[in-house]
Amino acid sequence: MTALATDGGAIEAAVLRSDRFRLAREDDWKRLERIVGEMEKGRFRKLSDEDVLALPALYRTAASSLSVARETSLDAATLAYLEGLVQRAWYQVYGPRQGFARWFAEFLGGGLSAAVRGIWLDICIALAVMIAGGIAGWLLVHQNEDWYWTLVPSQFADTRVPGASREVLLKALGTEETAAGLSGFAAFLFQNNAGVAILAFALGFAFGIPTLMLLLKEMATLGAMIWLFSTQDLTLDFIAWLSVHGTTELFAILLAGAAGLHVGRAMAFPGDRSVMAATAAAGRRAATVMAGVVLMLVIAALLEAFPRQLVGETWERLTIGGAMLAGWLAYFFAFRRRPSGQAS
Amino acid sequence: MTAASARYDAKRRRTVVTPEGIALPFVLATRGARAGALFIDYLILLLGTIAVTTLFAWVAGGLQGLDDGGRKGGAGEFLQIVWMLFWFLAWNGYFLAFELGPRGATPGKRILGIRVAARPEQSGGGGRLTAEAVIARNLLRDIELFLPLVLLLVAPSGEAGSAGIAGLVWLLVFALFPFFNRDSLRAGDLVAGTWVVEAPRTRLAQALSIEGAARGPSAATGATYRFGDADLAVYGEHELQTLERVLRENRPEAIVSVHAAICRKIGWDPGSGDERAFLEAYYAQLRARLEGGMRFGKRKADKFSTG
Repeated sequence: MTALATDGGAIEAAVLRSDRFRLAREDDWKRLERIVGEMEKGRFRKLSDEDVLALPALYRTAASSLSVARETSLDAATLAYLEGLVQRAWYQVYGPRQGFARWFAEFLGGGLSAAVRGIWLDICIALAVMIAGGIAGWLLVHQNEDWYWTLVPSQFADTRVPGASREVLLKALGTEETAAGLSGFAAFLFQNNAGVAILAFALGFAFGIPTLMLLLKEMATLGAMIWLFSTQDLTLDFIAWLSVHGTTELFAILLAGAAGLHVGRAMAFPGDRSVMAATAAAGRRAATVMAGVVLMLVIAALLEAFPRQLVGETWERLTIGGAMLAGWLAYFFAFRRRPSGQAS
Repeated sequence: MTAASARYDAKRRRTVVTPEGIALPFVLATRGARAGALFIDYLILLLGTIAVTTLFAWVAGGLQGLDDGGRKGGAGEFLQIVWMLFWFLAWNGYFLAFELGPRGATPGKRILGIRVAARPEQSGGGGRLTAEAVIARNLLRDIELFLPLVLLLVAPSGEAGSAGIAGLVWLLVFALFPFFNRDSLRAGDLVAGTWVVEAPRTRLAQALSIEGAARGPSAATGATYRFGDADLAVYGEHELQTLERVLRENRPEAIVSVHAAICRKIGWDPGSGDERAFLEAYYAQLRARLEGGMRFGKRKADKFSTG
C-alpha cells in the first residue's frame, strides 16, 4: 500500500470533520514550517526555488486554515500550532527582507540626508544653543578667569591654561613628526566622541532638556578655550587647528543633539497622533541620523589623528576643515535623490 | 509548552491583524524573561570579549619577544586598533546584528523563547521590524543601563558628589519603566516602536480524537465506551480543553482524578484500570458533539452555560 493511500485512508477513517480538515492540510503546514525554520536559521541555500515561490501561498493557506479552524475545531493543540506557525511565517513574509547591505546602500544613497533634512528644526534649535554656549563660555571667562577652571575639564588643561605664554600655546597646536601612534589615538578619539554623541542623543528622551544642557556645556568649554588662545592673539591658528576635524565632529555632535531633541519634542508635542506613535516615528528617523553620526565620528577621528597632527600650516588646516564642512552641507542638504519607494 | 500555558494568561495577550485580515494573537514576553535574556547576553558578551582580549594580550606578549626595533611598535599599534575596533563593534553590534536577523532575537532571547517585533500601529495592523527601529532601541540602552551604572560606580569615591544618588534614581526610573505601561515597554521600545513578544515553537501534536480508544474498543479491556447525549451535555469547551491538556500531559494521578470526576458527574460507576481509554473516548465524543453544535452556531463555553 502506498503512503498516499494510507493518508487517504486516515482521512476517510477520521470521524470528526475537524480532523479530516486537519489531515488534509497537515502536509502543507509541515512544509511551511520547514521553509520558515530554514529561513529562521538563515540557511536560504537549503531552500529550492519552488519553496521560496511557495512561501506566500503556503502562508495564506495556513492563515485561512487558522480562521477556519477557529470556527470549526476545538482541538486546542492544533489551534496553538497554527497560531504559532502563522505568526512565524508572518515574520518571514513581512519581515525586513532587505538585509544589511541593501539597507546600507539606501542609507548612504539618500536615506541619511533625507532623515537629516527631516529634523531641520531641531538642528536649528541645537545650533542656536551651541552658539549661545560658545558665546557664554567666552563671556564668562572674559569677565573672570576663574571660570576657566570650571569650564575646561582638567584632562585638557595640560599646558593650555590662562597666563600661559604664546610659545606654549603655539606648541599645543603643533604637529607630530611621524604618523606612529596616531591610528591608535584615532581609535581612542572615536570611542570617546561616539560616547558623547550617543549620550547627547539618548538624553533627548527626557524631553530634550538634558541634551541642550550637554550641548551648552560642551560649547562653553570650547568658548573658554577660544578665549584663552585669543589672549595671545592665536584665535585664527586655534580655529584652524580645530577646524580640521572640528567641522566634522561638531557637526556630528550637533546632529546627535538635534536627533535627541527631535525625539524629546515628539514626546512633548505629539500633535494629532498618540504620544507612542509620534515618539516611535521620531525615534526611527533619529536613529537613521545617529547611524550617520557614528560614521561622521569615524571620519572626524581619522582627521583628528592624521591631518591635524601632520598638516601644520594654518591656511592648509582651514582648507581641509572648510572643505569637510562644505562637503557635509552639500551631502545633507543639496543631495536630494530619494531612495526608491520611499516618500520623504 | 510556553504557548499552551500562555493561552490562559489573558493579561499578556494582544491581537494584531495581519494584512490578510487574520487576527493573530501575540503574547508579550514577561519582564523576568527579558531580564534573564539581558543577563545571558551580557554574560556571553563579557566572556567573549575577555577571551578575545586575552588572545590579543597573548599575541602582544609574543610580539614583545621579537626584537627588531621599528616594526614591533607598528604591529603592536595595529593590534591595539584592531582590539579597540573589535571591542566597540562587539558591544555595540552584538544586539544590532542578532535583532536584525531573521529571528529578531539575540542568543539570550532565543534561549528564553522571546523575540523583538514591530509594535502595531494604532489601527491594529502589524508592521515590519526595520533597521532604524533596532538601532534606536539599542542606542537607548546606554542611558538606561550604562550611564547610571557608571554614576553608581564613581559615587563612592566622593568625587562626583550626589551623582551616585542621581544615578540610582535614574537607574530606577528606567528599570521600573516597563512596570508602568501596559505593554511592559522599556524606554528603548517606546522610542523605536518595538515590543518583545514570545516566539512560539509549538510542534503539531498528534490528534487525540483519532487514536486509541477514541476510535474503538479499549486496548486494555476491550470495552467500547459509548456515551449518551445527556452524558455529554454536561460539559463545554473549557472542560474539553482541560481534558485535552490532561490527556496530553498524561500524568497518572491527574487521569485518575479526572476520570473519577467525570464518572461522578454523569453517574457512572468509576471502575479502575482503564481510565485513559475512558477519557479518550469521552474526549472524542464530547468534541464531536460540541463541534457539531458549532456548525449550527451553538457554542457551549463551559459547564455553566446552556447549549
